[in-house]
Amino acid sequence: MAYLQVNSITKQFGGLIAVDNVSFEVEKGEIVSIIGPNGAGKTTVFNMLTGVYTIDNGEIIFDGTPIHNTTPYNVVNQGISRTFQNIRLFPNMRVIENVLVGTHIRTEYGFFDSLFRTPRYKKEEAEKVMHAVDILRDIGLEDRINDYAQNLPYGEQRKVEIARAIATDAKIILLDEPAAGMNPQESEELLRFIRELRDKGYTIILIEHDMNVVMNISDRIYVIDHGKKIAQGFPNEIANNQSVIEAYLGGVKKDA
Amino acid sequence: MIIQQLFNGLALGMAYSLIAVGYSMVFGILRLINFSHGAIYAFSAHMALLFISMKFGIIPAILMSILITGILGILIDKTALEPLRKKNSIPIASLITTIGMANIIQNLLMIFFNTERKPFPAFFDFGMLKLGSVQINSTQIVMCLVSLILLVILTLIINKTKLGLAMRATEQNSKAANLMGINVNFVISFTFFLGGASAAIAGALIGGYYQIVYPGMGFMVGLKAFAAAVLGGIGVLHGSVVGGLVVGVSESFAATFLGSSYRDSVAFIILILVLIIKPTGLFGKKDIKKV
Amino acid sequence: MDKKMKKDTSKNFIFKMETLIEKYKIPIGIACAAVLLGFPYIGVNQYIMRIAIMIGIYSMLALGLNILTGYTGQVSLGHAGFYAIGAYTASLVSLKLGAGFIVSAIAGATLASFCGLLLGLPTLRLKGTYLSIVTLGFGEIVKMVLMNWDKVTNGTLGLKNIPRPSVFGLKLTLANNGIYYMMLVLLALITLVCILIIKSKIGRAFMSIKEDELAATMMGVKTTRYKVLAFVISAFITGIAGAFYASMIGFIDPNSFTFDISTLIISIVILGGMGTIRGMFVGSAILIAFPEVSRFMMDYRFVVYGIVLVVMMRFRPQGLLGWKSQMPYKFPKLAVQELEKRKKGNMQTQQV
Repeated sequence: MAYLQVNSITKQFGGLIAVDNVSFEVEKGEIVSIIGPNGAGKTTVFNMLTGVYTIDNGEIIFDGTPIHNTTPYNVVNQGISRTFQNIRLFPNMRVIENVLVGTHIRTEYGFFDSLFRTPRYKKEEAEKVMHAVDILRDIGLEDRINDYAQNLPYGEQRKVEIARAIATDAKIILLDEPAAGMNPQESEELLRFIRELRDKGYTIILIEHDMNVVMNISDRIYVIDHGKKIAQGFPNEIANNQSVIEAYLGGVKKDA
Repeated sequence: MIIQQLFNGLALGMAYSLIAVGYSMVFGILRLINFSHGAIYAFSAHMALLFISMKFGIIPAILMSILITGILGILIDKTALEPLRKKNSIPIASLITTIGMANIIQNLLMIFFNTERKPFPAFFDFGMLKLGSVQINSTQIVMCLVSLILLVILTLIINKTKLGLAMRATEQNSKAANLMGINVNFVISFTFFLGGASAAIAGALIGGYYQIVYPGMGFMVGLKAFAAAVLGGIGVLHGSVVGGLVVGVSESFAATFLGSSYRDSVAFIILILVLIIKPTGLFGKKDIKKV
Repeated sequence: MDKKMKKDTSKNFIFKMETLIEKYKIPIGIACAAVLLGFPYIGVNQYIMRIAIMIGIYSMLALGLNILTGYTGQVSLGHAGFYAIGAYTASLVSLKLGAGFIVSAIAGATLASFCGLLLGLPTLRLKGTYLSIVTLGFGEIVKMVLMNWDKVTNGTLGLKNIPRPSVFGLKLTLANNGIYYMMLVLLALITLVCILIIKSKIGRAFMSIKEDELAATMMGVKTTRYKVLAFVISAFITGIAGAFYASMIGFIDPNSFTFDISTLIISIVILGGMGTIRGMFVGSAILIAFPEVSRFMMDYRFVVYGIVLVVMMRFRPQGLLGWKSQMPYKFPKLAVQELEKRKKGNMQTQQV
């Protein structure tokens, strides 16, 4: 069984089948991309993985443990976290505070520790702050630690979202269109950063439209169209796959 | 006895429905619960009383109260709510603004009309009708009839007129409606006017039924009508009708069997139960959240 | 461009002001403490003392509501209910059981927070406005119970002869300024508790819920648990304020705890600045003191509370003191030490 095993998951909304018997697997340390035209159901898959939606059929098994139809808390606890298609930071909180919210689930001190500022509180709070600072440093946002999230340029906001997801000590990180709105330099940097993440041991699942990013970084690619898996394979296979090209209507789609 | 209370409850419930539709319409179009709606209702009853005391005839007084209350509804939107929409404020801002508005209206009523209960003429009292063991007051018949007619008119406006089509379009997607040439601001103002007008009619009816008017009357009735709207499914017009009837009948029975001091609590209990069990109400649609 | 320049100049101004305050915080603190402690002795009469104490009580109420509404974003319109539960419970405990103030107050606050728990649990899934209406209903139900449960609450007649607090046998009254200092002590404690909670993972969890509840959930924050916690803490603080109020004034009835009171508390929070601590004091000072200043204001004060809500939301939703701090984030001491250590380590390797 793969590290993340997704078997025939289906999601229906009323009469509409958004995701239709989709199966895929991800091995530890891989970078796997899920691509497909807009509205294909990719984000819906992410939502099913992370507990936002219940699944109507199938199963999702992570490291041997079923994680379908549980709470988002449980999914994060098991070690999967995500970013969002439309950035969802906490706009009026500082960058470091945003990342610290990511550390929340791993922070053990409780209400009374906070009230009486026990040694346990002091030690753990400092540790988590340093952890957040380190993540931000690694991602190149050291200078932005004190800034309010809403004041950051778009590209940096995306990075903060990734930093926040990393802060949950996730083993698998789901990135939902991380390169959206980025210029070529920024997406090069993103490429580099995702590779670094993989080198550090993270497993990455990517939804992306930017083919430069997808082709250059993915170990394997799955293609979804109208809720169904229509192709899977290595980047060069996918690039030459007829049904994939047709699904994108006559050519590999470049970022709009 | 029970049938009597049933009829009492139905008559009262029809009037609640008239107020409840005001909540539904504004919510439908703005996704906002207009907290000041109860105060608007109280305002209308006071206005009717004012015009009657100025020696206008009963029908002209009520008509003028309808007009002026509709205008009040538009004013509230234009002065307080529209600027917030333009600024893209957080939803809390609109909620707090409508609370403030309710407060202002109610307290101004207290200042200008004093807090005592004032008698409202029983102008629909033509006597009792006896059907077997049940006594129906003519006021109740008028209440039911008028409410029914008005609800039918409202439904016709919304479903059969061009303006109603514009309202429904704006409800679904205001940006697209705007692009299609619909004057969204006008539609919103018209919605508020309709809400105010129907509250005013309810004000005249309920005022005439209980024959008292006081500034605080909007608070309780507003909450009860809100419970009715939520029960029926807020945003759904026919839901408000059903909800109003249920609340009216329940209140009537509660008054008989629990005593009048706890009659007001029935609406709260219904509201809390609905919100806990099925927040979308009987006929409401569920919003699917897209992440 | 113009709007951005305005924003930058105001940010600069805030930064300069905060730096100044930070630099002189010890003398400023001592001055404030001196004023607060010496206040009874600068020739103020009982009337003004009473106003000052009410400002203190409403600051406590605002601090309590602020935890729930200002930080966690749950608008409560029924806080007069918790205020009443704290006041009545504490009064009954001290009247019927002869308990001292501290025991009574804790009993009152505990029952209030238990009600906060009961109210919070089922309302978790409710969206903003619905939750607010339920809290409104809660406030009304509390008042209804107080008015009708004659056997316990004495109905509309209320409770009288509520004993003043005593410390080590000494009765604290308005005359000996004891009540005033007790108010200061309670206010200081409550403020401290609020600060300790806010500047921890709990405060961050609260704020993340207000900012984006879904994102918070997806990051592993148990939003339901924290919303209930916010209710409980908020209700506890409000209950303490209620217990103190009852003890200070000696007489309470259901009409002291109306929806207008709930509106007043939320007006204070919004006027001062949702999500700030400093705003609570200023907001309460303004809205409690000003009606005393003019007869006109006193008669129209309830309208003013409503106007405050509408005007603030329209023109300054963050409140009078609701600016965003331009000071750098305050790192915990141990973290600062660690960063220093690293800097030194870097410098050493650079020298090599």
